[in-house]
Amino acid sequence: MGVMIRLSRVNKVFGDLHVLKDVNLEVNEGEKLVIIGPSGSGKSTTVRCMNFLEVPTSGKVFINGEELTLKNRLHIIRTYMSMVFQSFNLYPHLTVLRNLTLAPVKIHHKTEAEAEELARKYLRVVGLESKAASYPAALSGGQQQRIAIARALCQESKIMLFDEPTSALDPETIQEVLDVMVKLAKESNITMVVVTHEMGFARKVADRVVFMEDGRIIEEGTPEQLFDHPKSERVKQFLGKILQH
Amino acid sequence: MLGNMFEGFAWDLVWQFRATFLLGFLHTLETSVLAILLGLSLGLTFGLMSTCGKKWLVGIARVYVEFIQNTPLLLQVCFLYYALSFSGHGIGILATGIVSIGVYHGAYMAEVFRAGIGSIPKGQFESAESQGFGYFGVMRYVILPQCTKIILPPMANQIVNLIKNTSVLYIIGGSDLISLTYSFVTGVNTGGAYGPAYLICGLLFFGMCYPLSTLAGIWERNLKKRDQLSGALKE
Repeated sequence: MGVMIRLSRVNKVFGDLHVLKDVNLEVNEGEKLVIIGPSGSGKSTTVRCMNFLEVPTSGKVFINGEELTLKNRLHIIRTYMSMVFQSFNLYPHLTVLRNLTLAPVKIHHKTEAEAEELARKYLRVVGLESKAASYPAALSGGQQQRIAIARALCQESKIMLFDEPTSALDPETIQEVLDVMVKLAKESNITMVVVTHEMGFARKVADRVVFMEDGRIIEEGTPEQLFDHPKSERVKQFLGKILQH
Repeated sequence: MLGNMFEGFAWDLVWQFRATFLLGFLHTLETSVLAILLGLSLGLTFGLMSTCGKKWLVGIARVYVEFIQNTPLLLQVCFLYYALSFSGHGIGILATGIVSIGVYHGAYMAEVFRAGIGSIPKGQFESAESQGFGYFGVMRYVILPQCTKIILPPMANQIVNLIKNTSVLYIIGGSDLISLTYSFVTGVNTGGAYGPAYLICGLLFFGMCYPLSTLAGIWERNLKKRDQLSGALKE
């Protein structure tokens, strides 16, 4: 099992804000990595650096051993990566089906028929086959996020990045999205990096949990290690606050 | 006075010289269509440049837009025509008209595109980028199609204004509708039929512009209706 993603001394600075400070992180092929931490800790920026939605101010990102650069970025994304966002970001002018087939047809050069078959397969996975002809605006937040996951799956990528996929959802619909993600984590060999506040999800599917604060990785370990026997005071304090809810 | 202007002989005269009006109409149409194509291409190009984030491209687009928008079209037409003619590189009246009017409205269309692109949420760009679309793919498949309904009304406005602005070609002796109408009413043999001539000229312009604004309106309403429908089907 090789290293799929490697961040090497990654720094990110926005104006006066030093958001990431010398972040080193490796994600193995097929690993399910969950990143937790208080807001503003740099966890979203960390995943966004993995596909260069944010270009690191300094440091290097390697995908499957190859250094990610502005030049090969498109090639590497097309070969390896897909992403699910907090705000779904479905294309509102296209039907669900067209949302799913756009990249397979235009990027991966599949025929319309192949792409549609692919789309229907993944709509089944997320349990929304009946919504193929709908427009995103007609769907609930949870449904939109499941469609966004299906859209990412249609890229058939080795790596899926999730940037707080349930943070914008109603409490009632969070579960349906988490269920899909759990299924995906358990049944696929996709390398998943998930930024989330859902500790139950982390405990259930994570091979490894990383705790970030103030732009640094403070602690990492298996869910048991991190949730049940955290070493640092800060993690204990954070978990204490979360569990009080 | 007004009675004189609309006397029967004046109408006869206009009818006799109907080919002149038709010619003017066709020249205006030709100039307009080509200038619209040029304007849209320039507008799209400079609109994309001003939203691409690369400082020097944004700078070039700003210079173009500000320079063209803050000088009179009439001056630009004269400059292009006379300056080029006197330097021995004249390009002819028709080409001058197409280029100057296209470039002039291109600057306004660039602003329309810029505003349209700027109104699309950042998440749409990121979503498309994260799927592996390059800049032009992002624009073509994701951003520009969403801009259509925002861009449509001001763009229809620009196109209608462009058609009406072909009248500035009078200053360089064009053969567009306004120029020919003016020559007609001031001509030695045809002079005097002001009322009917200007009325016909106006109707011909109206015939070009009104269907355009109406069609744009219908198209916009349909796009909005589709949005409402797709949202209303929520269960």
